[in-house]
Amino acid sequence: MRYPFPVGKSDFIQGDEAIARAAILAGCRFYAGYPITPASEIFEAMALYMPLVDGVSIQMEDEIASIAAIIGASWAGAKAMTATSGPGFSLMMENLGYAIMTETPIVVVDVQRGGPSTGQPTLAAQGDIMQAIWGTHGDHMLIVLSPSTVQEAFDFTIRAFNLAEKYRTPVVLLTDAEIAHMRERVYIPSPEEIELVERKLPASEEEAKLPFGDPHGDGVPPMPIFGRGYRTYVTGLTHDERGRPRTVDAEVHEKLITRIFRKILDHKDEIISYEEFMLDDADVAIVSTGIVSRSAIRAVKILRERGVKAGMVKINTIWPFDFDYIEQLAERVGKIYVPEMNLGQLYHLVKEGANGKAEVELIAKIGGEVHTPMEIVERVVG
Amino acid sequence: MAKEIYSTYPMVKYLRKEALPTALCPGCGGGTVLNAFANAVDGLKLDPKDLVVVSGIGCSAWIASPYFLADTLHTTHGRAIAFATGVKVGLPDKKVVVISGDGDLASIGGNHLIHAARRNIDITVILVNNFIYGMTGGQVAPTTPFGAKTTTSPYRNIEHPLNISETVAAAGASYVARWTTAHVYQLIESIKKAIQVKGFSLVEVVSQCPVQFGRRNKMKEPAEMLRWFLKNSVPVSKAKNMSPEELEGKFVIGEFVNRQRPEFTEELNKLIDEVQEQFGLKEV
Repeated sequence: MRYPFPVGKSDFIQGDEAIARAAILAGCRFYAGYPITPASEIFEAMALYMPLVDGVSIQMEDEIASIAAIIGASWAGAKAMTATSGPGFSLMMENLGYAIMTETPIVVVDVQRGGPSTGQPTLAAQGDIMQAIWGTHGDHMLIVLSPSTVQEAFDFTIRAFNLAEKYRTPVVLLTDAEIAHMRERVYIPSPEEIELVERKLPASEEEAKLPFGDPHGDGVPPMPIFGRGYRTYVTGLTHDERGRPRTVDAEVHEKLITRIFRKILDHKDEIISYEEFMLDDADVAIVSTGIVSRSAIRAVKILRERGVKAGMVKINTIWPFDFDYIEQLAERVGKIYVPEMNLGQLYHLVKEGANGKAEVELIAKIGGEVHTPMEIVERVVG
Repeated sequence: MAKEIYSTYPMVKYLRKEALPTALCPGCGGGTVLNAFANAVDGLKLDPKDLVVVSGIGCSAWIASPYFLADTLHTTHGRAIAFATGVKVGLPDKKVVVISGDGDLASIGGNHLIHAARRNIDITVILVNNFIYGMTGGQVAPTTPFGAKTTTSPYRNIEHPLNISETVAAAGASYVARWTTAHVYQLIESIKKAIQVKGFSLVEVVSQCPVQFGRRNKMKEPAEMLRWFLKNSVPVSKAKNMSPEELEGKFVIGEFVNRQRPEFTEELNKLIDEVQEQFGLKEV
């Protein structure tokens, strides 16, 4: 396979471009999208690259159709992705729930911009954290990843596909306008360096008859994709193990929904990722995610220079969230600061995790600019 | 008794027997559409394993899903055609058929219908038009006749209905036909043609909902509705010479278009070949 961009070497590219290249190296061969700032460059790169790797990139009539098409393509057996920003992400919510309910592996990129509504199309924000987790209706579980560099935008996109395939679930890559449009040096590995995970397919006719069962005991049923003669029945209605609608049976509903939770939560140790910096002796911790982590690292260094024993945690997996880890962290430090580009979203998760063991303080900033390190430092030193 | 019917009905081989009887009301036109579709598949000697059926939300979405024994994607409200687009591109060698209602495909999903026709993707849409939202209790639809009574137009409908077939024909579909549930043989033939046509095809089936539409509009019995269809049906050829006033309240039936136009998945493959050749990626 030849790739339409250099592999096995570094390049100086935008976050959006990194996401597109990662998707192609992850095996994505179906992309459907609708133009929106600041995610359009992902689409443009996919439109350019896809025909060169036997893939397809389609502009649909809106974002609802885009996510619908990638779900359809996933059932046709393809690894599929769409990318959007807040307004389009809002439109995708119903079908995101459909992908959860039908256990369809897809990757949805949300390049966050200022909101609500049309808001600040060209400026970064982190206002979609709660929407990514809870935006679709009903009890549901999915995976949300958050990169803080262009390299991570690349790496986490590969990871998003692997997690989607492994757990038969939609994965949201939650990034922002800052990372999407920033150019950084990124190492683009060659295919041999990349470990890819493919979805489980039915090993037997019997397994194929249980598209929503649990034949392997890990909560993840093999996926009897279309066109192989399985005659699979897929519906967003509450369904039994065979996929048949059972809309008024409480037991069937509970069994289905708890398995969808369990297949992810039982594997949360593998799914959850965070990184610690200078936390060993810290008595102040900064917990952040995405682009803000860049300022937080610098803030920790400045605080250390000033004699404050500060450390930080960069949250890579926003959902499922590691509440237990935050509680342990809270026991180690006296105070946790949560800088984020919204009026308090990650903060609520951290506060719930801290469980009263440490004081948790929000450092909110909205309007489109990332916190400067000094804005964080000044809040910590008071 | 139901079981006996299933054992003698020749099309039962295409159905998920364990899902029967259907959830459709007695007298509903949905059963006729399912029967016509099964007969078309049978007539074409199409292996159901080479078929993917996609539907949306509402009574008509239940016509084939879960009853038709093929790969079946029962999707969200209005979006069946958008889902089907992904399925068709992923499985270009399979026949992809969307069966759903007027509210689903022409109201909430109207934009997807128009753009799939414009794209001329090789999907067959069987749109069951019963002028009403049946499952939710008989609310007005964009297809409800002017003056008709529904639960959300209890006095009378002051809007004029959308002409679905003409809209889809104008948008660029390869094949468009309209029949009623009183024209079963013509309907079967049209579905067969639609499935075979390369490109977007629409078969609009005017169908009776005696429970939600008929009984509020002086046609309580299913047969009364079928007689209404027959009495007011006008062939396309005849309708051409009639004025809009003369066509008010009529059902124009027959083929609106049957033409060759470039098909989307073929164009996609052409593009891939062309681009790969241009960049020297094509294996010789």
